Amino acid sequence: MMAQFLKSRDVMLAGVILLLLVGIGIINPRFVQPGNLVEVFNDSSILIMVALAQMLVILTKCIDLSVSANIALTGMIVAMLNFYYPEIPVAALIAIAIIAGGMLGAINGLFIWKLGIPSIVVTLGTMSVYRGSVFLLSGGAWINAHQMSDAFKAVPRTVILGLPVLGWIGILTVLLIAVFLKMTRLGRSLYAAGGNPTAAVYAGIDVGRSRFYAYTIGGAIAGLAGYLWVSRYAVAYVEIAQGFELDTVAACVIGGISIAGGIGSVVGGVLGALFLGIVKNALPVIHISPFWQMAISGAVIIVAVVINARSERKVGRLILKEAQVHA
Amino acid sequence: MNAASPKPVLEMRGIAKSFPGVKALEGVDLTLYPGQVTALIGENGAGKSTLVKILTGVYQPDGGTIVLDGTPVLFPTAEAAMDAGVSAIHQETVLFDELSVVENIFVGHQLTNRFGLLDWPAMRARTRAIMANIDPDIDPDTRLKDLGIARKHLVAIARALSVEATKIVIMDEPTAALSYKEVEDLYEIVERLKGQGKAILFISHKFEEIFRIADRYTVFRDGKPVGDGLVAEADTNKLISMMVGRTVEHIFPKIEVAPGGTVLEVQGLSHPTEFADISFSLRKGEILGFYGLVGAGRSEVMQALFGVTHPSAGTIRIEGKTIQPRTPIQAIDAGIVYVPEERGRQGAVTALPIFQNITLPSLARISRHGFLDLAKEFEITRHYAARLDLRASNLSQDVGTLSGGNQQKVVIGKWLATEPKVIILDEPTKGIDVGSKSAVHGFMSELASQGLSVIMVSSELPEILGMADRIVVMREGRIAGTFDRSAVDAEELVRHATGNTAKEAA
Repeated sequence: MMAQFLKSRDVMLAGVILLLLVGIGIINPRFVQPGNLVEVFNDSSILIMVALAQMLVILTKCIDLSVSANIALTGMIVAMLNFYYPEIPVAALIAIAIIAGGMLGAINGLFIWKLGIPSIVVTLGTMSVYRGSVFLLSGGAWINAHQMSDAFKAVPRTVILGLPVLGWIGILTVLLIAVFLKMTRLGRSLYAAGGNPTAAVYAGIDVGRSRFYAYTIGGAIAGLAGYLWVSRYAVAYVEIAQGFELDTVAACVIGGISIAGGIGSVVGGVLGALFLGIVKNALPVIHISPFWQMAISGAVIIVAVVINARSERKVGRLILKEAQVHA
Repeated sequence: MNAASPKPVLEMRGIAKSFPGVKALEGVDLTLYPGQVTALIGENGAGKSTLVKILTGVYQPDGGTIVLDGTPVLFPTAEAAMDAGVSAIHQETVLFDELSVVENIFVGHQLTNRFGLLDWPAMRARTRAIMANIDPDIDPDTRLKDLGIARKHLVAIARALSVEATKIVIMDEPTAALSYKEVEDLYEIVERLKGQGKAILFISHKFEEIFRIADRYTVFRDGKPVGDGLVAEADTNKLISMMVGRTVEHIFPKIEVAPGGTVLEVQGLSHPTEFADISFSLRKGEILGFYGLVGAGRSEVMQALFGVTHPSAGTIRIEGKTIQPRTPIQAIDAGIVYVPEERGRQGAVTALPIFQNITLPSLARISRHGFLDLAKEFEITRHYAARLDLRASNLSQDVGTLSGGNQQKVVIGKWLATEPKVIILDEPTKGIDVGSKSAVHGFMSELASQGLSVIMVSSELPEILGMADRIVVMREGRIAGTFDRSAVDAEELVRHATGNTAKEAA
């Protein structure tokens, strides 16, 4: 079971991440101290969550370019609610963020399911619509730290057992998605819908409906991330998380999730996001210009794609009777 | 008919071609004469397409010679064959919908001017000149997608003629998708090509059109030529017996079962464009064969039974209960499953492991409140893997790494796991090797003897005659006849499938 769970590609990526940490540690030992590593993980939590949201969609042979606009819009909604109605409890605001994000995702899903429009077109459109709505809602104004209640800002920062709640929410999301993909009918349907849509239809799986749910769940995660983003950075404005959707796609690609759908693991998605998070956090520490970050991420994506393409190449078919192992 | 033309334009002698495990062609001779139409006749799998591919440079023969106008030639590429004067019009037109008529005609051999740029005025003029002979109403600048199927065929023909040196035109079932009127137009074009001295190789399953336009015939069976001559001196029965005339050598592992009560009853099932008035019944433990030419509407009927397409009229009853499957899942729930013909596209999810493929249509049965019971999933998979003698190193192996025969077993196992009452197998042995074929047949028999009702769609006569208890023959979307296996022979089936029942009427 263990060997299956950690497919060799995931192990390889984990090895690369370890090497990366060793390399950074040689230049700057402070970076690899446990306290800082926890901080790096905490800082990467939002990327991990949203990368997994993106992964749900990519598994079904679709893509969601509107996740970052979803984050900005839900973030602005809860920030403004908190500013104008500070009496609303934070728990309710979090629930609102999740529901609003889920609805934004469901809108994408409905267009793709019911009208059969390609996902890249739908989400390119909703990306602009959602982003524009943030402006309409706020009139272009910022919600700043002093306009947010203390409780609103405190949630992600509260430290439990040495890890801020933000990090714990990241871990919880990872576990829930892992269980969802491994243990539920819908989770299984996502793989089938992306792996071979025609075969899935013949097997009685509604491909469009599976995609709709992938977008809705992914949207709900993005909504939660929207609250976490504005509360952690204690500011909400129109351009929040701009370009972040590409980071989530990059994390998936690095993590071995096939853009063609049907292939990918939670472990891969998490490792891909962690890799990007580490690179982003480490570069300033080892005195490399942040502009290099993009070049490095880009190079890593290409290397990852080449490795994945090689590993997906068939070794040979199993025809020999001797190779048979009866359970 | 001016049939006695002494000097052949093309002679193929002793052509042989093997693929791993199969001899596709052996000792094949074919002669084509200028200004004459030669019909190539044979069952599916007799080697006609292989021969066409050799003649058009797609395949290289393992042995034999091709002599064109008295000189031995080789066609290492499709382009070489085209340059030498061989043009083919395929059954499914291979053209580009989004390009114009001119662009389609000159794709791959565009005319250029002295600057090396494309010479559109010249190509347009040439297109008009060619079209004047074929169909002057087609504007060279029309996009292909705006033309009907028949006119697309005409464009394909124009493409074949755009190479000035064209001496041989191959037509591979050109009338399969055409209406009556369009077929008449096509005949006229064939006559015109004959008048221009082109040699035409005409591949068809329809005897009426062979007698209408062909001058000569060559019959293939199992990759070998079994007869040729002048059409004027032949008749349908002679051709059919040459085509199928063999004893069924393959021993089919059929277990005789006394069929039980009626399981499936279909009454007057119709679809606006695909089939009409389909009625048949299926009993417990029975294997019902569906025979017909490719495109006779058999798969379409099966897809309607499985809820993929929706019939406009008629009733489907399972064990006396009327069902109206609107989606595959409703059909599966009612006890009907469909193992499709294209197992790659419609069958297996190759990136998923074996166990996830096996349980894909049964997820409802192995889950509670949406959560899967993985232990049960493996138990089911183990059961069917053992039953099907599946060869895999472990059940978590991706299906994409299995051989074709084993992939087929996974697909069949997947459907058996839903515990169906009726299983529809669409061309179950198409494209798999002889050994796996026998295994699939053996398995099919076993299923029937265990009380499962089987519908087997097949275009292979030996398979139909060897395995089915009763046989439904379809032609052009309708049932042409239903026969008991003991009361019918191959010729009778072919006659009904091709619509040549004149002998009975007489």
